[in-house]
Amino acid sequence: MTIELSERARTIPPSGIRRFFELAEQQEDIISLGVGEPDFSAPWSAREAAIASLEAGKTSYTANRGKLELREAIAAHVDDHFDLAYDPDDEILVTTGVSEAVDLALRAIVDPGDTVAVAQPAYISYVPGAIFAGGDPLPVVTRREDEFKLTRDVLEDSGAAGADVLVMNYPNNPTGATMTREELEPVAEFAREHELTVLSDEVYARLSYEHDHTSIATLPGMRERTIVFNGFSKAYAMTGLRLGYAMGPPEVISAMNRIHQYTMLSAPTTPQYAAIEAIESCDDEVAEMREQYNRRRRFVLSRFEELGIDCFPASGAFYAFPESPWDESDAFAEALLEEEGVAVVPGTVFGEAGAGHLRVSYATGLGELREAMRRLESFLSR
Amino acid sequence: MNSRDELLALLSENARYSTAELARLADMDEDVVEEEIAELEAKGALRGYQAVVDWDELDRERVRASVELNVTLDRETSYGDIADRIAKFPEVTTLRLMSGDYDFLMEVEGDSMSEVSWFISEKIAPIPEITQTVTHYVMDAYKENGIEFGDGDDDDRLSVSP
Repeated sequence: MTIELSERARTIPPSGIRRFFELAEQQEDIISLGVGEPDFSAPWSAREAAIASLEAGKTSYTANRGKLELREAIAAHVDDHFDLAYDPDDEILVTTGVSEAVDLALRAIVDPGDTVAVAQPAYISYVPGAIFAGGDPLPVVTRREDEFKLTRDVLEDSGAAGADVLVMNYPNNPTGATMTREELEPVAEFAREHELTVLSDEVYARLSYEHDHTSIATLPGMRERTIVFNGFSKAYAMTGLRLGYAMGPPEVISAMNRIHQYTMLSAPTTPQYAAIEAIESCDDEVAEMREQYNRRRRFVLSRFEELGIDCFPASGAFYAFPESPWDESDAFAEALLEEEGVAVVPGTVFGEAGAGHLRVSYATGLGELREAMRRLESFLSR
Repeated sequence: MNSRDELLALLSENARYSTAELARLADMDEDVVEEEIAELEAKGALRGYQAVVDWDELDRERVRASVELNVTLDRETSYGDIADRIAKFPEVTTLRLMSGDYDFLMEVEGDSMSEVSWFISEKIAPIPEITQTVTHYVMDAYKENGIEFGDGDDDDRLSVSP
């Protein structure tokens, strides 16, 4: 007998990144610019706090919403850095990574048949998340000439006026695009006019190099219609500890928590101790990592310019999103991997909007970046 | 960070960066990089550029010792005078005036223990102002000038991830 799979499981396509991962795994001595996580380890004091919590036997569940001490630390932190005011009692939910938080939010607010507009190119989870929640995803295709920022034009052109939800992610994975307060204003206006609920994934908020990050929830009339996501993975190099959080109006956070309590119960306990310490004492480490990324960003962008590769000046996260030197970005990425052992991710992995582009991650040491750029140069000169 | 600090941070991290690379990384013009470095060198802020060598990896014996020195001063002789005299010896790699139980901490390098011992007993100890020397030989080095000598951590991240 074979177990019959659900239609949901059968019809959801596998992520395109998987295929690339397998290709890269087959090859020796590669330099990977295809990694979507920091090359640093979490700051030692955060790791040490996790170890100490284990030594003290802190291995039980926490409150469904996460430890109150952590939620209080988060509330103070987002107030300090992003001018966001959320009540730790009923407006913050600690989750197993931002991925869980996005999934919960979609399940808490999307009914079957609802339209979920997703600004693309985008992280790979939003569209499947919308589908799992029974919604109909609607790609909102941002453009190279707008430096992949979300604009009123692209929202209108894609038909987002009729959508129920808008999912956006700035600083953006995969493009490295960021948006200033002025650039967010027309998006907020559009959301207010068409009564869209906005899901704003701001997990790269600390990694904005040209201007301070602005959360769309701080714009007039937006707090009540926005769910903000953030987490510890990127800023504190804690990806594997799986800890994120959602902030929003009490009724939405409470609904998300109802789903969370049945499916996850609580986010893992050990990382919560690491996270409290991270917020309280690791700002210097975050600043140092940020400085390193920024140097590499300048290095990569200036090398692209030198090699005649068109790339807009990415200003956030740790990605650059150059145009593929060949029209077929998949073919280019495969050839570069095969012949030079340099892995980059073709833009199509992040939706059709990414076609013709490559995601180049600079979460890799400068020595390796220099060698990767040298290999790219030799590949292009053939 | 201003551009001068940025430049110093980069050079401290890797003094082999070329001018072009420094310019790229610090977001400065190459000319400005050259000028800044020339200025820093001229005013004595940038004193040199050196390699950090792990001699053990080459199976070469390098003997190093940290030596505590106590001295007596008089009206005509200052710490600076004594330091000048000691620092001239090429065997001395580092010399610092310290707070605490002794005055100077001197680091010495040589090809063998007898060579280093001879140097300390024949060249340093006889200096009239020096009243006492306590020599500690280095047994192993784990980190020098901010660089760890271990095998490094493997990058165990997935080679490609979203």
